Amino acid sequence: MSKEKLCFLRNLFYNIRMRTLDTSVIGDCVYRLALRAGVAITPACRAALAATAAHEEGAARFALDTVLQNADTAAREHMPVCQDTGMAVVLLELGQDVHLAGMPLADAVNDGVRRAYREGYFRKSICDPLTRVNTGDNTPAHLHVELAAGDRVRVTFLPKGFGSENMSRLVMLTPAEGRAGIVNAIVEAVRLAGSRPCPPVYVGVGIGGAFDSCALLAKKALTRDVGTRNPRADVAAIEDEALEKINALGIGAQGFGGSVTALGVACEIAPTHIAGLPVAVNMQCHCIRCEKETL
Amino acid sequence: MKHLTLPLSDAEARSLRAGEGVLLSGTICTARDCAHRRLFELLDAGKPLPIDLRQTYIYYAGPCPAPAGRACGSCGPTTSARMNAFAPRLLDLGLCGMIGKGEMSEEVRAALVRNHKVYFAAIGGAGAQYAQSIKSAHVVAFPDLLSEAIYRMEVEDFPVVVAIDAAGVSVYDKER
Repeated sequence: MSKEKLCFLRNLFYNIRMRTLDTSVIGDCVYRLALRAGVAITPACRAALAATAAHEEGAARFALDTVLQNADTAAREHMPVCQDTGMAVVLLELGQDVHLAGMPLADAVNDGVRRAYREGYFRKSICDPLTRVNTGDNTPAHLHVELAAGDRVRVTFLPKGFGSENMSRLVMLTPAEGRAGIVNAIVEAVRLAGSRPCPPVYVGVGIGGAFDSCALLAKKALTRDVGTRNPRADVAAIEDEALEKINALGIGAQGFGGSVTALGVACEIAPTHIAGLPVAVNMQCHCIRCEKETL
Repeated sequence: MKHLTLPLSDAEARSLRAGEGVLLSGTICTARDCAHRRLFELLDAGKPLPIDLRQTYIYYAGPCPAPAGRACGSCGPTTSARMNAFAPRLLDLGLCGMIGKGEMSEEVRAALVRNHKVYFAAIGGAGAQYAQSIKSAHVVAFPDLLSEAIYRMEVEDFPVVVAIDAAGVSVYDKER
């Protein structure tokens, strides 16, 4: 069979198998997830906060009790849990058997963000980095698209507050610094952040990859439920050791002191170059908001 | 918790101790990064400010829009440390005090002591809860800054912790 004929038959076959999805369906999904995420912390976050409150006293206890009460108030009044309704981080795992039709994907996603932030009475927090002029509708969304097998689209919405984002760091360690260097970099980032990122924090860590992909790994780690462990035992051990050392810092809820400075540490890894060991630490405040849906 | 009405008398301000929880009632004005920059541009140009610092407690915050029937949307504090560069000069010009979250610089601490003023910490990430204590909110300056405009707010039993007291003692000292 000629190459041309093979190609024709293959196209015919895949066109039948290919799932066509209008990008407005993804936009509507982003809209739904954004509206939900803005007014509710995740159940895992709530459980982690409730478990820590009992151990604390004084101003730290007052802070945790207020935060738990706030979660109830936000749900009851249908109000944003935090006024920083964040930069709209959208992670898309796009099945390679999906054919996207309709308006450009980024436009559809931005449309979903725009509608949700207007109708939800969320704060619009996106501006030009130099003029500081607000875009007025919280767009553009921070969109990452990754290809996956199959014909499904997995949508994750993470409204990312910047009090914590500002306290994030990336270090390029040497291979010789190894595991101890990684743990130290994580703990040091939390120590330097102090009271500023709204502790108790959730610490997302990227280990490996390159300068750019390492930071993205750290952000993806934050989409894991707090309390979950990396399936690789040696990575989970880093999570456990870092968490223990962070909670020994004594920063506590809101920086008021105490034994709970972080609710969790989540590490994600990727192969890196023989010459390097990038470590990115993406800080998340105690207001963990993250919604997911598969289309 | 102690109930206090703003503005505080000098005696009241001096009686507060770092770490103590108090409920504030009275008038506060929001201002964050951009509004501070505007205030400083006016000061540097020798022009009058849109707010009277001697009557003002600055709340480092930018609210969500208010839904119909509500005085204010969610409105918790933002990170105060970003205003480290601004707070000392404003305190020296008579600012009554600040409400925010997280530690502030040694320069801010010194300015608080020098002027016998107090820095209060609201609880970050409790915006919906704080909205319940805000009885009215109106933009008084820089409306083009949207959520970063200066809002004058009447608050009632607004829960805060004394973060740096008039003697310079800080609730954050033990973290280092």
